[in-house]
Amino acid sequence: MWRMRRLGRRTTAILASLGVALSLAGCGVTRGDDSRDLLMIIPNSPGGGYDQTGRAAVGVMEDDDITGGSFTVENVIGAGGAAAMTQLIGEAGDEHTLMTVGLGVVGSTYSFASGYGPLDATPVAQLMSEPEGILVPADSPYETVDDFVDAWKADPSSLAIGGGSSPGGPDHLFPMQLADEVGIDPRDVNYVSYDGGGPLTSALLGSKIDVGFSGPAEFLGSVEDGELRMLAVSGEERSPQEAFADVPTLTESGIDLVFLNWRGLLAPPDISEERRDELIGYLEAMHDTPQWQDTLTENGWTDDFTTGDDFEAFLQEQDTRVSTTLTDLGLL
Amino acid sequence: MDTLTLLLDGFASALTPQNLAFCAVGVLLGTFVGVLPGIGPAMAVALLLPLTFGLEPTQSFILFAGIYYGGMYGGSTTSILLNTPGESASVMTAIEGNKMAKKGRAAQALATAAIGSFIAGTIGTLLVAFFTPGLARVAVNIGAPSFFAIMLFSLVLVTAVLGSSKLRGFIGLAIGLTIGLVGLDLSTGQARLTGGVLQLADGIDIVVVAVGIFAIGEAMWIAAHLRRAPLDVIPVGRPFMSREDWSRSWRPWLRGTALGFPFGALPAGGAETPTFMSYVLERKLSRRSDEFGHGAIEGVAGPEAANNASAAGMFVPLLALGLPVTATAAVLLAAMRTYGIVPGPTLMADQPDLVWTLLASLLIGNTLLLAINLPLAPLWAKLLRIPRPQLYAGILFFASLGAYAVNQSAFDVALLLVFGAVGFAVRRFGIPLLPLILGVIIGPLMETKMREALDLSNGAISGLFNEPLAIFVYLLILLALVVPTVLSRVRGPVPHPVSNESEVS
Repeated sequence: MWRMRRLGRRTTAILASLGVALSLAGCGVTRGDDSRDLLMIIPNSPGGGYDQTGRAAVGVMEDDDITGGSFTVENVIGAGGAAAMTQLIGEAGDEHTLMTVGLGVVGSTYSFASGYGPLDATPVAQLMSEPEGILVPADSPYETVDDFVDAWKADPSSLAIGGGSSPGGPDHLFPMQLADEVGIDPRDVNYVSYDGGGPLTSALLGSKIDVGFSGPAEFLGSVEDGELRMLAVSGEERSPQEAFADVPTLTESGIDLVFLNWRGLLAPPDISEERRDELIGYLEAMHDTPQWQDTLTENGWTDDFTTGDDFEAFLQEQDTRVSTTLTDLGLL
Repeated sequence: MDTLTLLLDGFASALTPQNLAFCAVGVLLGTFVGVLPGIGPAMAVALLLPLTFGLEPTQSFILFAGIYYGGMYGGSTTSILLNTPGESASVMTAIEGNKMAKKGRAAQALATAAIGSFIAGTIGTLLVAFFTPGLARVAVNIGAPSFFAIMLFSLVLVTAVLGSSKLRGFIGLAIGLTIGLVGLDLSTGQARLTGGVLQLADGIDIVVVAVGIFAIGEAMWIAAHLRRAPLDVIPVGRPFMSREDWSRSWRPWLRGTALGFPFGALPAGGAETPTFMSYVLERKLSRRSDEFGHGAIEGVAGPEAANNASAAGMFVPLLALGLPVTATAAVLLAAMRTYGIVPGPTLMADQPDLVWTLLASLLIGNTLLLAINLPLAPLWAKLLRIPRPQLYAGILFFASLGAYAVNQSAFDVALLLVFGAVGFAVRRFGIPLLPLILGVIIGPLMETKMREALDLSNGAISGLFNEPLAIFVYLLILLALVVPTVLSRVRGPVPHPVSNESEVS
């Protein structure tokens, strides 16, 4: 399997040393006061959800010159984000570093037993949340969530449930929590993990799995074209996207579960109170820009913005939920 | 006929002097970045993609096409010259390519790689242009059981490359498979052979293993034997391919294309399996199989063609289904979205002009790549005239840089040295490198597919047999095992009996 390598500052330096002097639009970087510069650590490969969120936030902050300095973005790949988490903890006291974090990273710190969780760092802000979707191939016998849940309850292990994340990730946690909610022992769920949304889609299109659980954005095209059907979304409200307007929420379907994948930002541990507040200030300013609101709409993200202590309380709750689910499954 | 008209329209919008200049820049950049060890095509595209922002879609595509094929090709150069493959898809190229270079045939190896890449890329792109929607439909129906069967088949073929001592061959294979086991079990999250080291949790990158065993191991071996064996200078051969080289190359090019394209088009097919199968197949088919392991041109021509055909095949699921099946495709998909192009079943009908411009750009990029790189091959080959100590110093430098660049971690450099020591040890004990490296490549792939197939059937063994293609491949395996045995009974002993033991591994 190919692993995407990280697009770091060092590689950029290699490139620069090649003497590639191309004066094309989009590659100019304005250098300001170094002391205001920040490093953004992305815990996964370029192009993924963490990368999109982190880079979008950086883009808005740079365009509006919110921090007065420039950003360096570094993808630290490994162990589902646990490697980046370990690096962030190692930067304790560094006031010029931020890291994108999310539900998947919380799960990875458990499943990779890396020893450090997001609560060991300094919570800065939650940036967004995103519901998950339940998908079936067009020729599936299930027309509604009820159809699926009834069949699932009748014989839980006979249905192959696919997701685009490894155990501990959002696409794994969601079906497990759903199973728990409808009275199925999560241990009976036959979960097949795929390496991201692409392979998951092809498994659905080829009817290799019965039901897929994943973030809806990647399936927009396939749902619009009628190749896949979305049975439900897991948010509190229906998706704002037109193609999913007819898809009910789980609560509408009588299942009392709201499941949100979320992403936010952490700073290293042991930074000063003032610096934390300053960083929160940057993000509040970013959140108020029209560009950020556009970014949310474009990506179909929900505007779930909390900062500081509220975000910390939220992280605490998420951490407990993840560890409970994984313990129930016997994975910890 | 319709398709042809559309493709010609694509050419019309792609072929302007300005666009050609963009394409040439892309090819050069892509080749240079691709030549850097540790930076494969995915990385090259991701690094250089920002250059395309702010351009018109057409110009951006044509620049991209140059970068993409340039990056694909660049990887083979270091494999051949320095024995340091930059990415997993060019590992097989290093095996015969570097042997050729040592015999003074670097220019021929580079040329057969360039022409093979061109032919495979062109045929592959044309296949994408003419058959994409239909192929994509078929491809999604091929799942884990068939993959597993195909890999089992290639493992059976591995017996052909075990070398003179079967025992040593199997030891090599076992070492390789063990290296492939390192990392987190994907289904249960259990750590295997990681010794609690977090950096090992994702497994060991094939590039680090290959470069360590090939390049570092060899440098250590040479250093250890310098006193006893005098340095022989690498002869400088003819700069161009001879008539014989051509006649030995064209069939592997076509067979490599035939193997590579379907794998590229399959979701999660990748380039590793076809390059590996192409190598094994050429070795089986060649009338000069004794030359394999000492620099057989077929062993470069086939895998390089397979590599590039698979790179072209990647566009089938990308354009028809919006499925990014490789890291490169994921980067490209993100780029297409910035132009408001949403790949999917209706893309080719909705935005034909953009799709056809992209395909035409790929064909142009591929042609320019050949035009630029073919004359460069003899120049690159001169690199090997550098005296041996300096040359190996350079190889060590590039190998370390490459290992570092893969994940930008110092840990990988340490790991590289460990594999260098393993490489030295296997040379010392006469264990063949080829089965070892094949074990590293095929082991994890095969395991993933087997686990997926069994997960899908909830553990029932029938899950391995529930696709027609899988059953067909199992029949082929049976034939491959039975026919030579029967023939040898009828005709007397044959030089390369196929052993049943291979199934055990």
